[in-house]
Amino acid sequence: MAEKKMVDVFSDVERETAMTANPAGFAVTELGAEDERIVTLAADMSNTVAEFIAKFPERYIECGIAETNSVSLAAGLASAGLIPYIYSMSPFGMLKTCEQWRTDVDYNHLPVRLVGRLSGLAMGYFGTSHYAVEDIAIARTMNNTVVLSPADAASCVSLMRSTAGLENPVYIRIAEGVGKVYDEAPEYEYGKWPKLRSGTDVTLIGHGMGVGLVAAAAETLFEHDSVEADVFDAAYLRPFDEAALLASAEKTGRVLTVEDHSVVGGLGTIVAETIARAGLSVKLDQVALPDTDLEVGVPAELYEYYGLTPANVAQKALNLARR
Amino acid sequence: MPDDITLDRGRPLTDAELLRRADWIRLQTIDLIAQAGLGHYSSTFSSAEIVATLYYHVLRLRPSEPNWPDRDRFLLGKGHVATGLWPVLADLGFYPQDWLKQFGKVGSPLNDHPNMKVARGIDFSSGSLGHNLSVGAGMAIAARLTGRDYRTFVLTGDGELQEGQVWEAAMAASHYKLGNLVAIVDANGFSGAGPTSQAMNIEPLAARFESFGWTVREINGHDAPTLKRTFDELPDPASEQPVAVIARTRKGQGVDFMEKQPQAWHLGLLNTEQYADVVAEITARMELANG
Repeated sequence: MAEKKMVDVFSDVERETAMTANPAGFAVTELGAEDERIVTLAADMSNTVAEFIAKFPERYIECGIAETNSVSLAAGLASAGLIPYIYSMSPFGMLKTCEQWRTDVDYNHLPVRLVGRLSGLAMGYFGTSHYAVEDIAIARTMNNTVVLSPADAASCVSLMRSTAGLENPVYIRIAEGVGKVYDEAPEYEYGKWPKLRSGTDVTLIGHGMGVGLVAAAAETLFEHDSVEADVFDAAYLRPFDEAALLASAEKTGRVLTVEDHSVVGGLGTIVAETIARAGLSVKLDQVALPDTDLEVGVPAELYEYYGLTPANVAQKALNLARR
Repeated sequence: MPDDITLDRGRPLTDAELLRRADWIRLQTIDLIAQAGLGHYSSTFSSAEIVATLYYHVLRLRPSEPNWPDRDRFLLGKGHVATGLWPVLADLGFYPQDWLKQFGKVGSPLNDHPNMKVARGIDFSSGSLGHNLSVGAGMAIAARLTGRDYRTFVLTGDGELQEGQVWEAAMAASHYKLGNLVAIVDANGFSGAGPTSQAMNIEPLAARFESFGWTVREINGHDAPTLKRTFDELPDPASEQPVAVIARTRKGQGVDFMEKQPQAWHLGLLNTEQYADVVAEITARMELANG
């Protein structure tokens, strides 16, 4: 078995691979060419917007290692009519600056976008200070912020394009190193979840890296176990596609959520709350990160350790379908 | 007020008018606080001359069009002194006087701390100390990017300078050569719980701002001619060094018993007798100035 190692997700900024290696950087460069109000900021993360900087050097604002300043400063830019995209590492973007985001951006309804690279466990052996597994729990409580979690490179570009004109603040959680889920990115409709597959036995919902996992698991379930899953891409975590969830849950009676986020406050929690409020009796389970001190290691090994694998998702779904 | 009247920079204001206006702010403030039941007296009073100078002499404004892109911006970093700003904005015509009557009530656009989404004339919300210099730096950068010559003024407390984010912003402002950004420190020497530098020393303020690349003016923040001259002599907005005006002020300025016990009047409510005493003291001074 090949030894698993850390993958360098920073260095690849070549134009031809940028779309897959750094879709959020690619997308903002395209959007910036169409709308000169778009500016980018980063706190010592300029490599994530290297292409934008090369094209529009005067529209990039380096903030140094001062994330809180970058968020409040972006709020000032937005209040003067600009559309700032802040590129950050998720642990320092949404977590370190959450009060600046809430007070300066969210409460004031300003069109600032926070692009959170390296979410979940992507920083692996760098250690738990570099994890972002609570970011959705925090972001989803902010009542004007749109929370997005794209499944792959193409969907990231599509989501960023479709939300470019929003007047709301937007948090875009980037999953690193995910494989291709979509041959062609879906046209995302505001607040709606694309459906990847239809079935009546169990509902599988993932966001970010979880979408690839539920798609692969659904394939296995169908091929090996004749279980037919209803499968959704929860790219929108806020607003949340309540109608899609409830219709599917009512049909299957079983819902499994999959995410590289804490079991507390993420997709699993949102699903449970929504189902409980609707008064449905549904069997629920989660594949997510436990509410305990997390282990440190190479992401690929951590994903296996915590069951973020197609095989484990399929097994959990099967258990749920047969309960 | 007729539509589209622009209040230009450098509007005439005599020293006596400035001081009277500051005292008028104090009187209006005690009425607003009486209406709400609790408020920040002594730190509003320390900034009264600064606010009067800015709104009646310095800022370029268009009250009929609060979001006019070329207006000078004013950010109340020390948001807890908004009671001193509400009567000024009403007086200049940003909103009807009736709004003041709703102060402190559910649904009122005017609160103890300003909210830009509901209060006309507020350039940015505040309340969480340490944010607004960063926001102001963003506005100043936006002026550069959009080719506008407005200035951005941020009024901070001295206790607020204990927030680390202020110094992140100070660093960014000189890095980006924001000569269109002016920080005014209402250095009254006290924060909520006691003397500022006893809690955490912030001095020497002038040296600190200078070392961050700012032009510094250290002034008496109650002296009318000094205040006017300081702002009259601001460098052109196109210049390349942000300006820090360190206004040495007295917490509770203008009311004898508050000056003696500034801490006791950081947050509170005057009783009937105290209210009458304050009105008498301020009114007598205003009449003396008129006479």
